[in-house]
Amino acid sequence: MTEHVATNETILVVGGGISGMTAALEAAETGKNVVLVEKNPALGGRTSQLYRYFPKLCHPTCGLEINLRRLKNNPRVRVLTLAEVTGIEGSTGNYTVSVKVKPRYVNENCTACGDCGRAVETMVDDPFNYNLGQHKAAFLPNAMAYPQRYVLDPAIIGTPDADKAKAACKYGAIDLDMKEETIQVKAGAVVWATGWQPYDAAKIQPYGYGRFKNVITSVEFERLADIHGPTGGKILRPSDGKEAKNIAFIQCAGSRDENHLRHCSRICCMASLKQTHYVREKYPEDGKSTIYYIDIRAIDRFEDFYQKVQADPSVSFIKSKVAKITEDEHGNPVCWGVNTEGYKRYTTPHDLVVLAVGMEPSVKGINIPGHIVADSSGFIEADPANGAVFGAGCASNALDVNRAVQSATAAALRAIQVVNKVAKAEA
Amino acid sequence: MSANTAMAEKYRNNFLKEIEEQVEMGDWVKMCMQCGVCSGSCPTNFQSAWEHPPQELFMMIRAGKREEVLTTTSMWNCTSCYNCIVRCPRKLPITHIMHGIAEYAHRLGMAPKMQPTRFFSGLFWKNCTHTGRVNELKLSMGLYFKDGFGAGIKEGMKMKDVALGLLKAKRLNPFELLGGHKCKDQKGIQAMLKKAYEIERSRKAAKMAG
Repeated sequence: MTEHVATNETILVVGGGISGMTAALEAAETGKNVVLVEKNPALGGRTSQLYRYFPKLCHPTCGLEINLRRLKNNPRVRVLTLAEVTGIEGSTGNYTVSVKVKPRYVNENCTACGDCGRAVETMVDDPFNYNLGQHKAAFLPNAMAYPQRYVLDPAIIGTPDADKAKAACKYGAIDLDMKEETIQVKAGAVVWATGWQPYDAAKIQPYGYGRFKNVITSVEFERLADIHGPTGGKILRPSDGKEAKNIAFIQCAGSRDENHLRHCSRICCMASLKQTHYVREKYPEDGKSTIYYIDIRAIDRFEDFYQKVQADPSVSFIKSKVAKITEDEHGNPVCWGVNTEGYKRYTTPHDLVVLAVGMEPSVKGINIPGHIVADSSGFIEADPANGAVFGAGCASNALDVNRAVQSATAAALRAIQVVNKVAKAEA
Repeated sequence: MSANTAMAEKYRNNFLKEIEEQVEMGDWVKMCMQCGVCSGSCPTNFQSAWEHPPQELFMMIRAGKREEVLTTTSMWNCTSCYNCIVRCPRKLPITHIMHGIAEYAHRLGMAPKMQPTRFFSGLFWKNCTHTGRVNELKLSMGLYFKDGFGAGIKEGMKMKDVALGLLKAKRLNPFELLGGHKCKDQKGIQAMLKKAYEIERSRKAAKMAG
């Protein structure tokens, strides 16, 4: 798996989410050799963790399926999962990249039959569901994981559970002797597509995330709505499992705030507008959504989407940044603030509060090996000083899926130009 | 021409510019994005004290509502808790701006005369600069009699038990009414204050002229 030939005509793509997959495929489909490095055991990134995406409200499985099919049909892309870049040396057209590959403890023989999962008893947190639930320590990362192969959590290695998993496997797919290794990959250009992470909502102290169980983030809400999620697609609140029918969405939770993220994360308004559809879908009779906002930024051509939600009688809009959240004796989160339209004070209880958390670039605070020019929010800039390291998708800006794909295609094109020069195919 | 007419004349229809130039930290007013987190965070806002919460005041300034802003009691209700400054997503120094607007309204003679905060501030300053020491008995009595003799007696009777308790604990000396204690160097402190007034006057005059 980890033996392959990479030359300085190879393009290395870091991150296997929607941006990284796109960049890898666009480059490979023009005939370039690509190595795609993904930190998690499966591709798909945050897009695969969405229930639906805007504006058409289709399931991300659809878009991912197309990309996975392209990937399976393309011998020019080599995928390394459980792999992280630890160092980049060299310059444009001639990089040597160190990649640390963690052991999966499951080899190519795996048919994803699930026998090991049934044999193992240990449960571990499920990061795919933002740790809202747990799964077995021998697991398939998600329903449409690529590669479609099980993973053993390192926590059970050396315990009887690991031996049980090995004994249960009919295909000899479990290899408990796999070791972490670091490999060197040559590359002419690097596309950095490490995406984003939800802003740590616990840092927004007055909102009580982490203190109040019924204050959750927008990404967690996606998992609650998803049929593959921890509640089987029911919107139940975490404190008591009660159906959450009266839901508050708080915009700019971390974004547009000099104390937190100074940029507008762009997607959150559309994400909350989209999530009001989930509420109506699950509770058509008595679901109720309230959006607290500074101003609605329905980016791009999505103003009509906003207008349709505005016309929905089950959704109300309150122009106000919520000042603080408290909890009443029934465990209901209570929003406090002033409605700036009319300057009326409100103290409103809800069943569940969803914080539309901002996008923080994954590269922020992480030491990208090598010198990278980033903006004041930590997004990678298109700067000549970066050489042939190009930011793509949410590593370069706060973007929705559509724009991330455009950005990834642009990055692939830049990388292609570099390796063409190396190959003397371009002046 | 009064200070107020002079300033109104100078800035005509640009009240925002007037605030930016004349009010301490006033140049931040344009940065407000009207999210409302300051008013929502204000401990006084959930009583009926505020006629206009901070972000409304900022919008009124931009809309040129000069008379309404300078004569309102709103900014005088600020308790300097700094909650708004801590939470403001644009890092506006809201507490300081509130005090700045209040001070400017006072400077122009537009501030509501009997607003308790304003009244008390004047009383306190007069009290402590008179002898260089605060005379607490005179200070609190001055506040009680703010709305006339009858109201003062009524207010005083309401606080009778507290006063007697203080008396018993030797925290209140009734002889303070006859002059009271003083700082040692009476001449020195008056000279210092005179110099400070001079500096302030010349600075403000330059600002209003500039």
